[in-house]
Amino acid sequence: MKIRTFNRHLRESGKNLSRNGWMTFASVSAVTVTLLLVGVFFVIMMNLNHIASNVEKDVEVKVYLDPAASEDDRELLEQQLTQLKEVEKVSYSPKEEELTQLIKDLGDDGDAFKLFEQDNPLRNAFILKTKVPEDVIPVAKSVKEYHYVQDVVYGEGYVEKLFNVVETARNIGIVLIIGLLFTAMFLISNTIKITIMARKREIEIMRLVGATNSFIRWPFFLEGLWLGVLGSIIPIALIAASYSYLYNYLTPLISIKFVDFLPVSPFVYQISAILIILGGLIGVWGSLMSVRKFLKI
Amino acid sequence: MIEMIDVKKTYPNGVSAIGGINVKIKPGEFVYVVGTSGAGKSTFIKMMYREERPTSGNIIVNGVSLPKLRNTKVPLFRRNIGVVFQDYKLLQTLSVYENVAFAMEVIESTPAQIKKRVMEVLELVGLKHKVRMLPSELSGGEQQRISIARSIVNSPKIVIADEPTGNLDPETSWEIMNIFEQINKNGTTVVMATHNRDIVNNMPHRVIAIEDGQIVRDEQRGEYGYEN
Repeated sequence: MKIRTFNRHLRESGKNLSRNGWMTFASVSAVTVTLLLVGVFFVIMMNLNHIASNVEKDVEVKVYLDPAASEDDRELLEQQLTQLKEVEKVSYSPKEEELTQLIKDLGDDGDAFKLFEQDNPLRNAFILKTKVPEDVIPVAKSVKEYHYVQDVVYGEGYVEKLFNVVETARNIGIVLIIGLLFTAMFLISNTIKITIMARKREIEIMRLVGATNSFIRWPFFLEGLWLGVLGSIIPIALIAASYSYLYNYLTPLISIKFVDFLPVSPFVYQISAILIILGGLIGVWGSLMSVRKFLKI
Repeated sequence: MIEMIDVKKTYPNGVSAIGGINVKIKPGEFVYVVGTSGAGKSTFIKMMYREERPTSGNIIVNGVSLPKLRNTKVPLFRRNIGVVFQDYKLLQTLSVYENVAFAMEVIESTPAQIKKRVMEVLELVGLKHKVRMLPSELSGGEQQRISIARSIVNSPKIVIADEPTGNLDPETSWEIMNIFEQINKNGTTVVMATHNRDIVNNMPHRVIAIEDGQIVRDEQRGEYGYEN
């Protein structure tokens, strides 16, 4: 395509937007409302996902050593554990350390356990971190069979439930987002369809004087793109501003373990990029869908 | 130039519009297509610029066999044909100049070419002094002239007109017919469907009469032959 022709299409798309002022406004509003919904939903989803990942990351396997194991046995076991392909990190926690951790975890009540410092009833342990949180279950099962392993603990029952909840939440979120996007597309394609009905004559004449289908489509393609991009401005501004405000406001107030939010930078930029691309895509899609019907010869 | 060989057209709803037509129109001819409403005139004409495809038979226009012509090739084919309608089909938001220039923009002519040629054809149809006006500010006859200017701006070999004087008073109709006559004198083939008895009888040319989807009469310098 010649640059002159492209400029013509650009000019034409701009002219059409201002000519069909109210319809432009309606389409942009449709994009704005949907993107706002999608955006807010996305922010919530991504943060929930982030929190869920934090929780998941904390899942670990504790492998208690048989007290009868010698130093050599311990080293052999450590080697075996390190060789497991699902395992990311193996750390050794001697029983003294376990006790200090226990006393610390229990706070004031922990002082009662200080008595055990002389005769520690706890066992030496390896702590395994898996590359994928879900792998703790198979890893725990296979490690249980190793020599000098007295017991394996990974929060059985509780961990499975956690994974289930996280998985379900993620799936529901994905389904809802896809549903919202489809609604947006149909909304936009319907609004554009109305403007195109009014321009049926223009398309008809273009076809009569020998315009190729792509020549006819280009201005509509660009129009859809403008509608989508224009429609994404308000959602981006609102979401970016309120996210940084809420982030700064809420973060100091929350001191629950695992619960923190995605940092404003780069999250706000990511979500802005996502919204502008989504806006453009649904605009273009809606526009091309509605023009398609008039281009059948 | 235009040749139809045993052309039949039946619409999907079962209505048979054209039932076996053979016709040849030579370059430079001026042809009236006459017939009562619903006789198949419009279908006959629409098949010439491939707005409709025949159900069977062959149509060759400008050396192109239309039934085999792929959809993507239709725009290129149309550039060699000008079409004029009863309802002008102008874009109301564009000026006279823009309406005519539009047909050249579509085929990606240069701005210099467009300017020169558009002024040329507007002069031919006598609207050079109204280039900046909108169609709604003009009379029906003037609007039809814009539409004619647009149809010839790309110098097509054939101009097809579907009742171009249908909405105009007798005097204006004659002005429009004189323009078509001029276009034809310049070597362009003109095919015109019409209901205007006066024009057919007083500006004699070849007449093809269609009834019930058949050619019932085909005469050089023919007469209208129907009661209005």
